[in-house]
Amino acid sequence: MLKYIIPLVLFIIMAVFLGLGLTLNPSEIPSPFINKPTPNFSAPKLNAPQEKLTPADLKGQVWLFNVWASWCVSCRSEHPVLNDLAKLNAVTIIGLNYKDDPVDAKKWLDTLGNPYNISIMDQEGRIGIDYGVYGVPETFVIDKKGVIRYKQTGPVTVVDLQKTLIPLLDKLQAEPQ
Amino acid sequence: MKRLIFILILLSGSCYAVDSRQLSDPKQQESYETLTKELRCLVCQNQTIADSNAELASDLRRQVSEMLAQGKSKEEIVQFMTDRYGDFVLYKPAFKGKTLLLWIAPIAFLVIGLIAVLLVIRSKKAKEKLTSDTEALQSDTEKQKKIRSLLDNGEVS
Repeated sequence: MLKYIIPLVLFIIMAVFLGLGLTLNPSEIPSPFINKPTPNFSAPKLNAPQEKLTPADLKGQVWLFNVWASWCVSCRSEHPVLNDLAKLNAVTIIGLNYKDDPVDAKKWLDTLGNPYNISIMDQEGRIGIDYGVYGVPETFVIDKKGVIRYKQTGPVTVVDLQKTLIPLLDKLQAEPQ
Repeated sequence: MKRLIFILILLSGSCYAVDSRQLSDPKQQESYETLTKELRCLVCQNQTIADSNAELASDLRRQVSEMLAQGKSKEEIVQFMTDRYGDFVLYKPAFKGKTLLLWIAPIAFLVIGLIAVLLVIRSKKAKEKLTSDTEALQSDTEKQKKIRSLLDNGEVS
């Protein structure tokens, strides 16, 4: 009897582990930034390169930091969702135009709409490294104190908006400064 | 001819080798080479940043070479990378609570395997001994029977 039970038990254990493995997404890497202050930057604005933006300018407001580029295919599917979010006026949306040509970037915003309050340029990808960006698009949610509270790798979908982002933004907007 | 083309195709891969950086100090160059082989490219997860052609890998190589040129130590650079990308960026993760299973599991499985093999061998040996013992006993009783019958009949042929 034991002869049959042992392999059966081993099989079940293996099946459970492999089953769990199937549901995980190996390209999703836990971000070491959650609940840490935003890394600093001082970057030129896309529409006014002589002006610079730093995280300190955004203290006191909840903001979304969305990494995008005109060469990024999945950003195109994400873009209408961001446009919808912008219409809600629920949050300040800052774009990090990552390793992009400013001309292409502006053309992209002109044709597809501009959900960003401000976009900044990171042509060399240095701000990207400081934020641990490895797959565009990425989205960070930053609270009023300048602390990163959430990060999503990959395009934000309508479901993500409804299930995760909007409830989180509501909660953060209610927090004191 | 076909074979030649095939070989040429195989060799052509090296034409696309990644843009490795050169540092003036040979010691720094050595650190650069070991570091880029220990850091994982996060876009193509099964390549080191030394192997990968991805843009991010190239940016990270630039970062490593710049930091070395600034006189930063290897530990500082590894810390810089894990602060941003987590332990996942290291091909050789640090030995600590979270990664304990990663380090221990292979050894544990080896030990379990060895114990299992030993147990199987031992039980097999015990079985073999048992059968050879009974065989010996059986042949003994047969001999005894023969002797007895010979003695009983009282004839020696």
